[in-house]
Amino acid sequence: MRHILSTHTPLYMKDKDKENGQSPKDVLGDAAGEYKYGFVTDIDTDIIPRGLSEDVIRLISKKKGEPDWLLDFRLRAYRKWLTMKMPRWAHLDIPEINYQAISYYAAPVKKEGPKSLDEVDPQLIDTFNKLGISLEEQKKLTGVAVDAVMDSVSVKTTHREKLAEMGIIFCSFSEAVKDYPDLVRRYLGKVVPYTDNFFAALNSAVFSDGSFVYIPKGIRCPMELSTYFRINASGTGQFERTLIVADDDSYVSYLEGCTAPMRDENQLHAAIVEIIVEDRAEVKYSTVQNWYAGDKDGRGGVYNFVTKRGLCRGYQSKLSWTQVETGSAITWKYPGCILAGDYSTGEFYSVAVTNNHQQADTGTKMIHLGRNTRSTIVSKGISAGRSQNSYRGQVKVAPNADNARNYTQCDSLLLSETCGAHTFPYIDVLNDTAVVEHEATTSKISEDQIFYCNQRGIPTEEAIGLIVNGYAKEVMNKLPMEFAVEAQRLLSITLEGSVG
Amino acid sequence: MNALSQYIQLYQEYRKDIEAHSPALLNRYRPTALADLMQARFPEKGDEGYPALSVNKMFEPDYGVNINRVPFGVNAAESFRCGVPNISTLLALVVNDAFVPTAGLERNLPKGVEVMSLAKAAELLPDQVGKYYNTLALPRRGATAPAALNSLLVEDGVFVHVAKGVKLDKPLQIVNISNASAPFLAIRRLLIVLDEDAEASILLCDHSASQEVKYLNCQVAEVFLEPGAKLGYYEIEESSAHTSRHSQFFASQAERSTLILNGTSLIGGVAQNDYSVEHIGHHADTKLTGMVIADGEESVGNSTLVLHNHPQCHSDQSFKYILDDRSQGSFYGRIIVDEKAKFTKAYQSNRNILASADARMHTRPQLEIYCDEVKCSHGATVGQLDANALFYMRQRGIPEAEAKMMLMQAFMGDVIDTVEIPALRSRLHQLVEARLSGNRQLCADCQNC
Repeated sequence: MRHILSTHTPLYMKDKDKENGQSPKDVLGDAAGEYKYGFVTDIDTDIIPRGLSEDVIRLISKKKGEPDWLLDFRLRAYRKWLTMKMPRWAHLDIPEINYQAISYYAAPVKKEGPKSLDEVDPQLIDTFNKLGISLEEQKKLTGVAVDAVMDSVSVKTTHREKLAEMGIIFCSFSEAVKDYPDLVRRYLGKVVPYTDNFFAALNSAVFSDGSFVYIPKGIRCPMELSTYFRINASGTGQFERTLIVADDDSYVSYLEGCTAPMRDENQLHAAIVEIIVEDRAEVKYSTVQNWYAGDKDGRGGVYNFVTKRGLCRGYQSKLSWTQVETGSAITWKYPGCILAGDYSTGEFYSVAVTNNHQQADTGTKMIHLGRNTRSTIVSKGISAGRSQNSYRGQVKVAPNADNARNYTQCDSLLLSETCGAHTFPYIDVLNDTAVVEHEATTSKISEDQIFYCNQRGIPTEEAIGLIVNGYAKEVMNKLPMEFAVEAQRLLSITLEGSVG
Repeated sequence: MNALSQYIQLYQEYRKDIEAHSPALLNRYRPTALADLMQARFPEKGDEGYPALSVNKMFEPDYGVNINRVPFGVNAAESFRCGVPNISTLLALVVNDAFVPTAGLERNLPKGVEVMSLAKAAELLPDQVGKYYNTLALPRRGATAPAALNSLLVEDGVFVHVAKGVKLDKPLQIVNISNASAPFLAIRRLLIVLDEDAEASILLCDHSASQEVKYLNCQVAEVFLEPGAKLGYYEIEESSAHTSRHSQFFASQAERSTLILNGTSLIGGVAQNDYSVEHIGHHADTKLTGMVIADGEESVGNSTLVLHNHPQCHSDQSFKYILDDRSQGSFYGRIIVDEKAKFTKAYQSNRNILASADARMHTRPQLEIYCDEVKCSHGATVGQLDANALFYMRQRGIPEAEAKMMLMQAFMGDVIDTVEIPALRSRLHQLVEARLSGNRQLCADCQNC
């Protein structure tokens, strides 16, 4: 199995394509164009045999040169996982997964640790170029710090020195384990314990790599930190782990993007993201998820079973999740906020698009524990083809969470006769001073709107693109600029050809 | 251990007695009910759809079941008049689970309307009853273990039939009375059939003879609305803190039929009301409303399932709760729109007021939509009375307590207004006012509650 983890950049159109004289339409037009990132990078990969057992976990740990406490953590998680059952409550049709048929560790074979970009495997650089990422360009031009990781192992991190000057730690998870063991040990598994759920336990047992971010007290991270995930090798799964700690009065904006090659088989992605936000700190976490969604008939595609959770521990802390979900055959994902600090704020903005045979069951959890906590949920679902798209969200107000306030709005748009759009909110209020509101609507695009566009010479497909973009704007506006452009483009690609 | 096994044991032990006291038609469904129950269990707290209460706990105590049909005191029951002023109703009583017609009921029934004991109907009209009985209380429509338990142990119930084109001008009032000196489980069954273009309204009131004795009412209602039929179905629960209620209502609506349902929980212990409505024809219209006023340790759950299977149907749900003291409320509402159900309009709203620090509300309004030509929405809120409105009223000299009362009444107003019988509507306003002012003696003209 291989994973690539790197910083994220726009995915829609590369300079290289421009040079070739290809218009974006050409790239996207034919079969391959339906999923543009479906190439396989042919570089040596160190893959361990398929299957899962304590020995495999020991092997992973050994390969990564991990300390005993971490191996112990993995083993405890593995033993817990053995006692757990795969969750079946979501509105998803998940085929049986043979966990013994997956290889749990795949790393690109590295020469001695690269000292500069020049030393990185040229093919890897090429991969990123194909993705539209040029590390160097990124480094020089965009100011986005890049943690580029192929399959399971972090490949290169840019801008680290500059960040280090400010005391910001941004490195791969394995490096963090080596260099900052105390920090990792203090925070690992504190927000998502390995007992949390089936996939969290699996990830805790076998996680390969991921990113670690620490923003010290009073520091505003001057650039957007970004991670790029890619599953490259076949027969592998991706199990990365991200840990972000924002100390008092700090701020960071973190971006995450994902792609995978086109394969007939289904690949498993079970990640964990843990975020800790201290007093008056703010974390903004944005995701553009574009894993391979399978072909038109639902063959192949990534199973995206992810546990993301932030703990707003501090007074006036703030965590904001923004996600644009366009890929994956099956998505099972509920980024949540535990609002433990008084006056803490949680936000969740989501656009989930499903087409063909995709299935998504996604939403959020807002757990109000502190006083005067606030949360906002805006979820926009768009279903097309034969897909099933569900919003599932929980808002819970604990007995001591006085004056908690929640506003939830989730809208669904139906673009075909055969798709489904579902809404499953769970609202539990145990405090009488709370104000919780939930609103949901489901409808198709109004024919009046399309007619209006047609009348003005805009073809139906384009009109739908316009309307959908307008519909999703509320969420798109929350994305960092370069992401927003890409996300809009992705939206159109995903829905391409869905209009009959 | 799941409490279900004690009931299965009871059935297996007394099977002969149960069958001897029931018509063959009811006996016919017992084996399948038993087979279903062997695979089932009572839902526990935390199961999907049961965030607040455990049905298992509800059925756990050792209740008596009247297998041998020992008659209960009808005289005691007679005193439950529960009259609705200015309304002339056709009155029938159900004492525990036995149907007791009042004098003159049969005489006053218009031609084409039958209201009788289900056991009697199964013998007199076997074809008619056989066509409908136990055809709706199925898992596909949301039936859970208590519905199968009902089919397993039922010996009697109420049968209502309104013939084609007949419009029942007076509401039919059925007063359910729990009356026993020891903990008692009443297995209640209702079968209501409205033929083509028939119209009727039915009012059901629940009362408990004793405030101390534990009662459990396990009710299953099956309602069939043929094309163009219209039914108003109103339930009021004013029992006691020791009375538990598990009610499952199933309706099947043919084309152009209308169902207006209102469930009001004013006084009770633990209650779970499930409403399941399926449209089997186009242009069916459903209005489901409910209100809950709870205090003390009360726990009230309402759950709805509306299955839109045909085009051009409409459903509207509105449930409101006011929860005080340590009471708990839950709402689990589902709308499922099938691929075929084009031009469906389905709406759902659940609004709740928490009036004390320990009150809890759990709400799960859900939409499952498989068709694109639809307009669906749902909304849920949990909050308090509007502080500005309260301030405004106090500024104008209205004492706080009274202002609160007025606001709460106004809050319930639109649910009450869905009731189509004017006299019942004003009666409900009055009952709600009395209830909100903490008056548990709701019926002035009733000696027992």
